[in-house]
Amino acid sequence: MRYRVGEPVTVAARAHGGHHRTPSYIKGKPGRIERVHASFRNPEARAYGEDGLPEMPLYLVSFARSDLWPDASAGRGHRVYVDVFEHWLEEAK
Amino acid sequence: MSEHDHDHTPITNAEEPAAAARAGALEQLLVEKGVLRPEEIRAGIDWLVSRTPADGARLVARAWVDPEFKRRLLADARSAALELGLDPGPSPVVVALENAETVHHMVVCTLCSCYPRALLGPPPAWYNSLPYRSRAVSDPRGVLAEFGLEIGDDVQLRVLDSTADIRYLVIPRRPPGTEELSEDQLAALVTRDCMIGVAQPAAPALA
Repeated sequence: MRYRVGEPVTVAARAHGGHHRTPSYIKGKPGRIERVHASFRNPEARAYGEDGLPEMPLYLVSFARSDLWPDASAGRGHRVYVDVFEHWLEEAK
Repeated sequence: MSEHDHDHTPITNAEEPAAAARAGALEQLLVEKGVLRPEEIRAGIDWLVSRTPADGARLVARAWVDPEFKRRLLADARSAALELGLDPGPSPVVVALENAETVHHMVVCTLCSCYPRALLGPPPAWYNSLPYRSRAVSDPRGVLAEFGLEIGDDVQLRVLDSTADIRYLVIPRRPPGTEELSEDQLAALVTRDCMIGVAQPAAPALA
């Protein structure tokens, strides 16, 4: 596991031509590791009939509303928690 | 299509929406290509429709009356479900999230329809709808208000976007005035929507 709970990270901003489980609204956004779940087969390969091995670490990463939607009208905030595979995470910018 | 000439009404999909026709075509292809057998598809559907939110409600009610069980449920909801003899489903990790006076959780799958089906049964149609999936992450307070749930300014709102292998279940707050209720009576207060995090259980009205 490359990241620890509490660590700041950034989600990779890259495009991906094919099935992947990283929603576009978090790409390029700063977040914080909340949980280290476990390792799972890679859905980007499994979607095409491959075995998805080796298993990839999966993290729960949280994001502030103000980072995801900076233009949203001011008001009460919230945090969004998303499961993100390690190969989509980068060191915090 | 048919080579015999019975005069009964043919079984067609004429009245089915596009999604059902697509699912039917996929099913036919999976069978033709030998990926799945028809009986496996039927068994999967039978399993899904046999699931109800009653199992999730049992977990919540037990957690309300037994702090030690709640601790185990929060640490590992899959094991806690097995402990009560419940089927936690195929997902290797099930996470229970506890609501409190100052913290509220709600669950969405923005990519598709990931949902703890084993413990809650099939998801409601709105859970799979685009408006819920998009607005739950961008305007959750507005969504909750439409469900009749006002979340105060002093409450941290946490939206779980279930994008991968993990399944999330919300443990709602036990309503006040339920101290005398049995575990079964408590479980009856816990609806599906409470465990998605878009509703709060209410104490039964006084007789």
